Amino acid sequence: MSTFILLTVTGLGLGAMYFLIASGLSLIYGLMGVLNFAHGAFLTVGAYVTWWTGTHVGGGPGIKLLVGALAGLAVGAILAALVELVLIRPLYQRHIEQVLVTVGLALALGALVEAIWGFDARPFPVPAWLVDTTTIFGARIPNDRFLEIGVALAVLLALTAFLRYTRYGLIIRAGVENRAMVTALGIDVRKAFTLVFALGGTAAALAGVLSGVYFGAVDPGRGTSLLIFAFIVVVIGGFGSIGGTAIAAVIVGLIQQYANYYASSGLGDLAVVLLLALVLLARPGGLAPKVAH
Amino acid sequence: MALIEVRDLNVHLGESHVLQGVSFEVPEGGVTALLGRNGVGKTTTLRALMGLVPRRGTVTLAGADLTREPTHMIVRRGVGYVPEDRDVFAGLTVDENLRLAERNGSPRYELVYELFPELKTRGGQRAGTLSGGQQQMVGIARALLNENSVLLVDEPTKGLAPLLVTEVAAALERAAELSTVLLVEQNLAVVARVAQQVVVLDGGRVVHAGGAKELLGDPERVRALLGVHGGQVRSDR
Amino acid sequence: MRRVAGIAVPLVLLALLALVPLIGLDIPVVFNGPLDSPGTLGLLALCLVFAGVALTYDLLFGFTGLLSFGHALYFALGVYLMTIALTKWEWGLLPALGIVAIAGILVPLVLGAVSLRVGGIAFAMVTLAFAQAGQVLVQKNPDGLTGGEEGVGLNSDALPDFFVGVLQAKNLYWLALGYAALVFLVVRSAVSSSPGHVWQAIRENERRVEVIGLRPFGFKLLAFVLASFLATLGGVVWLLVLGTGATPTVTTANFTLTLLVMVVIGGAGTRYGALLGGFLYTLADQRLGSLSGSSQVRDLPAVLEKPLSEPLFILGTLFILLVFFIPGGIAGFGQRLRVLRRAAS
Repeated sequence: MSTFILLTVTGLGLGAMYFLIASGLSLIYGLMGVLNFAHGAFLTVGAYVTWWTGTHVGGGPGIKLLVGALAGLAVGAILAALVELVLIRPLYQRHIEQVLVTVGLALALGALVEAIWGFDARPFPVPAWLVDTTTIFGARIPNDRFLEIGVALAVLLALTAFLRYTRYGLIIRAGVENRAMVTALGIDVRKAFTLVFALGGTAAALAGVLSGVYFGAVDPGRGTSLLIFAFIVVVIGGFGSIGGTAIAAVIVGLIQQYANYYASSGLGDLAVVLLLALVLLARPGGLAPKVAH
Repeated sequence: MALIEVRDLNVHLGESHVLQGVSFEVPEGGVTALLGRNGVGKTTTLRALMGLVPRRGTVTLAGADLTREPTHMIVRRGVGYVPEDRDVFAGLTVDENLRLAERNGSPRYELVYELFPELKTRGGQRAGTLSGGQQQMVGIARALLNENSVLLVDEPTKGLAPLLVTEVAAALERAAELSTVLLVEQNLAVVARVAQQVVVLDGGRVVHAGGAKELLGDPERVRALLGVHGGQVRSDR
Repeated sequence: MRRVAGIAVPLVLLALLALVPLIGLDIPVVFNGPLDSPGTLGLLALCLVFAGVALTYDLLFGFTGLLSFGHALYFALGVYLMTIALTKWEWGLLPALGIVAIAGILVPLVLGAVSLRVGGIAFAMVTLAFAQAGQVLVQKNPDGLTGGEEGVGLNSDALPDFFVGVLQAKNLYWLALGYAALVFLVVRSAVSSSPGHVWQAIRENERRVEVIGLRPFGFKLLAFVLASFLATLGGVVWLLVLGTGATPTVTTANFTLTLLVMVVIGGAGTRYGALLGGFLYTLADQRLGSLSGSSQVRDLPAVLEKPLSEPLFILGTLFILLVFFIPGGIAGFGQRLRVLRRAAS
């Protein structure tokens, strides 16, 4: 029983990170039709900036983490906005070229990070209380899981509120449904594009920070390895749907943990992949209602 | 000078050369109807004016050249668009659909709710759950919310019950008091009621332009230009 | 005249390329030694292998319009199955080739039949997912067959002598050349056959193909199986050319992405584009890797030296620039020049 609880909480923690990456991907594809392969790079860059800032800041790991995270998030947002403005916007409506550009960017940024900081993993500043465990129903759960779940919940609430109550949120929701009609109402969607990219980049960077806490270290391959699961989450959850993404992220995280433990190690990843194939074959639009594009 | 001038408009959709040099004028004030058989390119013409499809040729609005401008800039010059099939945002509420359409500080909600009181009562309802007629109201209301010099309206009565057709026609008349309307319409009774001018398309070109009454009073001509399914020219009820 | 050129040009190219191992020409910077040296021949062989593999990807993406993110899976299938058969099961060469051929048809037939039930982005994701499953399977190292992170060394006992060892660089070069030529021939004739015309029609507008009364699914599956089978063969040739064994890098999504980059660089859907792209990319990747260790680069200030020491950074950046300015790739650019010249004359 205690193992089950530990697995569940860990699965939720992983799901939290998947959600953070996937939410940006989902909005970007849903609104802009761009499959952003560089999203993993936003994560990796966010994580590395956090680590690097931490090494240049005095104080305990808590301060390093906090200040580093702020820097990481800022850089993630700015990088994403720049990418959209410089690389994506000029290729408006040329979807294949947009995807290709993100592929090239993913390869280049990944190589850049590896060139600067090397191939080996770097230890992340993690305050002791996050490494400690709390016992719940006999399960000793590392506290960082709660942080990840808490952060993801906060982001989920914030995003939902943003989409529901702000004008840009309205524009994004409408644009995901029918981009052309939004322009036919006199709205310049391109500003929404940049905003969505920046939001996605920030969320990805946040996932990078949390992944650093979860794994205790950062390595250049982190973005790519998590990105694939984020893609799976986005497809299962439905493009452009935050709620769907959240549910899918939880399902994927949990299945991965349960299968890895109860079946055999590594099988969790296979199970998730099979789940994707099954969902796609049953409902090519994912779990969310069909979005017009 | 006409409010809208279209010169030599050419549009290719895929491999099809849909508009092959369309030229016409829309005089200021009142309703000009754009007529033609099914598939002749009436909707494409409106979309081309809106900049929603790539086009060659010239489009001017009150003397300003719109041809190079992106859609949202064209709209901001005071062009309202009511697309065929309504195109309301199904996931948004009626209120949100309207709010999205607001362009400046003084949206004309009183006018809209006066014409379509149901939109006020159903404000919180998701637009996807509305009936076809109600969605049409949202579509027209969106265009009326702002002060537009031009309204491009595409088959607003399509698929509507006769009672609703009358309502829409009345709304069009009201709208025409405030803006110039370019109306694509298959229902000739509606055209007879609201339009002063007509432009007829065929084979990718304009084949007739003139007064509405003259054309509609000539059933032979109507049948020749618009074909057997040209619509029922019933007298007003 | 065009038809004669269409046959003559590739034949002449093939003849020229076949003569390379006999030429002692030295091309500085591009190569580290004369053309007939084992090192250079090995490099050229690798470039030719990837020229062929890139073309197999182009069959899917450039000609049929199927964006797959899992093509690496079939290449890896050839690499791993061949290695396992020769090393772990200790089969002879012919039986090993046999099992690889059978798998190279059956696996894409099954996976393709499943993946092609959806189109567009969904198809891309499913192919990515299957490839990811393959990667996981390799990492799991079932029965110690795949060697996990470390891969599996190749037991060359079963291989005929003329394919083994540094002294046989010439033969390996000709093998690679033969593979690239085979792929070129097969793809050329497939694309100009009637199914091939349907593929290109599918790429342009799938609905129109349905309207004519054809069912795209069968044609897409044919293209999928053909492309994957040829890629599996490419994996075997790669294995022989390198001679070391199977490594998990060939199972990664990155690997498929580099294939995509090769095709786009060369020009998707053109006659020679993918071949060019695959050849040049591999050449650049290998040579940039060794240039980065050179004294000129090491003397640069760290800000420049670090990024330039990673071939993938340079290639990724060049790729982005290419997508922006020459979206048709090298071959596309050539086509545009031809059009311009014709218009000017």
